[in-house]
Amino acid sequence: MDYFLTEEQQMIKEIAHKIAEERIKPVRAELDEKEEFPTELLKVIAQSDLFGVAIPQEYGGFGGGCLENCLAVEELSRACLGVSTSFAASGLGAYPILLFGSEEQKQTYLPDIASGRRLAAFGLTESTAGSDAGGILTTAQIRGDEYILNGTKQWITNGGEAEIYTVIAITDRAKGARGASAFIVEKGDPGFGFGKKESKMGIRASATRELVFNQCRIPKSRLIAREGMGFIVAMKTFDQSRPGVGAQGVGVAQGALEEAIQYGRTRVQFGKPIITFQAVQHMLADMATQTEAARALVYAAARFVDSGAKDVSKISAMAKVFATDVAMKVTTDAVQVLGGTGYMRDYPVEKMMRDAKILQIYEGTNQIQRNVIGQELNKEGGRKK
Amino acid sequence: MHIIVCLKQVPDARQVRLDPETHTLIRQGVESIINPYDLYALEAGLRIRDERGGKVTVLTMGPPQAEDSLREAISYGADEAALLSDRAFAGADTWATSFTLARGVEKLAPFDLILCGKQAVDGDTAQVGPGLAERLGLPYATWVRKIEAVEEDRIRVQRLMDDGYDRLEITLPALLTVVKEINEPRVPSLKGKMRAKTQKIPLYGAADLGADAGQVGLSGSYTQVMRVFAPVRRREREMLQGPVEKQVHDLWVNLKNRQLIPFDVAGSR
Repeated sequence: MDYFLTEEQQMIKEIAHKIAEERIKPVRAELDEKEEFPTELLKVIAQSDLFGVAIPQEYGGFGGGCLENCLAVEELSRACLGVSTSFAASGLGAYPILLFGSEEQKQTYLPDIASGRRLAAFGLTESTAGSDAGGILTTAQIRGDEYILNGTKQWITNGGEAEIYTVIAITDRAKGARGASAFIVEKGDPGFGFGKKESKMGIRASATRELVFNQCRIPKSRLIAREGMGFIVAMKTFDQSRPGVGAQGVGVAQGALEEAIQYGRTRVQFGKPIITFQAVQHMLADMATQTEAARALVYAAARFVDSGAKDVSKISAMAKVFATDVAMKVTTDAVQVLGGTGYMRDYPVEKMMRDAKILQIYEGTNQIQRNVIGQELNKEGGRKK
Repeated sequence: MHIIVCLKQVPDARQVRLDPETHTLIRQGVESIINPYDLYALEAGLRIRDERGGKVTVLTMGPPQAEDSLREAISYGADEAALLSDRAFAGADTWATSFTLARGVEKLAPFDLILCGKQAVDGDTAQVGPGLAERLGLPYATWVRKIEAVEEDRIRVQRLMDDGYDRLEITLPALLTVVKEINEPRVPSLKGKMRAKTQKIPLYGAADLGADAGQVGLSGSYTQVMRVFAPVRRREREMLQGPVEKQVHDLWVNLKNRQLIPFDVAGSR
C-alpha cells in the first residue's frame, strides 16, 4: 500500500527498518530471555536521530509530528516491542514538556531528549490509581522556592533508566481533578528513588519500576504549566501518544504476519507447503487485512493529530484500541499458523504474542479507550440536537 | 584532522548470479552497495573525527551512479565527498585505479590519514589500498584490526596476521586498509540522510586530474579481464575403510599417486 509518505517520512522508515533488521532482530530473543534493558540499541537509535523525530528543530529535533513518530515506532515494533516501548516511552515523557512546558523548560530538556543523550519517562499510575486517575495519592506541596513530593508511582516504563521524569502529583486535594499538577523530576533529585525492577510477561527488554518520592525536593521552576493543569497535561499527552501505541500494534502484527507467511511457505504437510491449504490461507488473509486496516487508521489518526485539530481524543483512542486488538489477534493467529513450532521459545512469534498483550493494557486499557470513544459519541450526539 | 576514506561501489554479492550459459555476471536487477569492507574504513574514520575533530572526505572512482555511494556515506556521517568519473576511467585495473585515486587524493590535500577497506568484494585483489600508498609515497599498513591511538603526527595500530597480530606505530600522513574486526559500522542518521540529499559533490574527470588518456582506464592498465567464469565443481569422494593401519596406508598411496606428496619425502620414510 502506498500511503503517500513524504521523502523525509520514507527516510525515517528506512532508518528504523535498518536498525530493526540489523541490530534488533539478532538480539531480541536474548534481551527477552535475560530481561535485559537495551542500552546499546538505544544508543544506536540515538545516533540515528530517531529520538528527535517528533521534536521541533529549534530544540534539536527533526521537526516531525505524530505520524513521523508512528513510522519510527512501527518499524522498531516489527522487530521487538520491548525495544520500541523503551524508545516510545521517552517520547511519552517528553510530550508534557513539548505541549505545555515553558520556553526555559523546553530549552533545558528537549535537546537532550531529541539527541537521546537523556532518556525520559512519564509517571501517572499508582497502586490506587490506574484507569481512575482520580485515585492519585502522590502529593506536591510548595515550600518557598521548592515543591516537596511524597508518594509512589507504579509500573513506570523506563523507571530507573530514564534521567528525566514528568509526573503527575496532587497540589490541592480539595479541588479534585483540578487539584493535580505536572512536574519535571530528574534522576538524582534529593529524595527521589526507585523500586525493584518488575518481572513481566512480555516486553521484557523494557524496564518497569516504581518511582519513590520521599520528601523529594525540586525547584519551583519544574512545575509544568500551572497548578491544577495536571490532568489536562496528562490527557493531551495521551491524545498525542495513543496513535503511537497503535503503531506498535501495527508493527508487531506485521512482524508476526511475515513470520507466519514465511513458515507457511516452507512447512510441508501432506506433501504440500501449508500455505497452499485454504484453512491457512484464510487465516493469513484475515491477518493481513486486519493489519492493513489498522495501519490505515493509525496513519489517518496521526495525520489528523498533526493537522492541529482540537478534538482528537476520539480518533486517537480509536487508533489505539483497534490496532492493539488487531495486534493481539494477529500475533495469536501467527502462533497458530506455526503450530507447535510457534509455541517454542526458539521462534519469535510466541514472544510477539506475549509482548502484544501489554498494548491492550497500557496507556489506558482498551476498555478505557472505548469509554473515551463512547463519551465523545454522546457529546457529539448532544450537539446535533 | 582530515581523513580521506576511499570507497568502491560494488554489486550486492548476496544478489549476484552467474549466467549459466555465458558465465558472465547477471548485473540486471542487482542493487549496488558500498563495498562492505569500505564501510568499516568509513566507521573508523568517523570515530577518529568524532573523538579528535576535523573532517572525513569520501572519495570514489566509478561511473556517474557511484555518486549514490558517496551520498550514502554522507548519510552515515561523512562531511564531504568527491567523485572521480570519466569515460576514460572505464576498464581500469588496480594499477590505473590507484593512479587515478592518487591524483584525486592530491586534489583533496592536505590530509592526515587515508583509510580503505582491505579489498573489494567484487575484484578481491586487495591491491588498490597499498598501490595508492605507493603512488603517494605514504607509509601504510594493511589488514588493520584495531586503531590503538591517534596522535597529531602518528598512529598506533594492530595489523591482523595469520598467527596473531603486529603492533605498529606509523607516522602521519599514512594509509591503512582495515578488516571487519575493527568495528561495527553505525546506522545512517536522519540528519545525515537529509544532508546527503542536497550536498554538492565535486566531479573530477581525467582533464581535471591532469591525467593522460594512456595513464587511466583500460589503456592505462597492465592487466585485462579476459573471461569471468564459475569454476566447475568436481566432487570426488572416497571412503577409506578397514583397520586404521590399512586406512593410513591407503591414504598415503592415494596422496602419492596424486603427486600431493613429493617422492623423495615418501622415499625417505
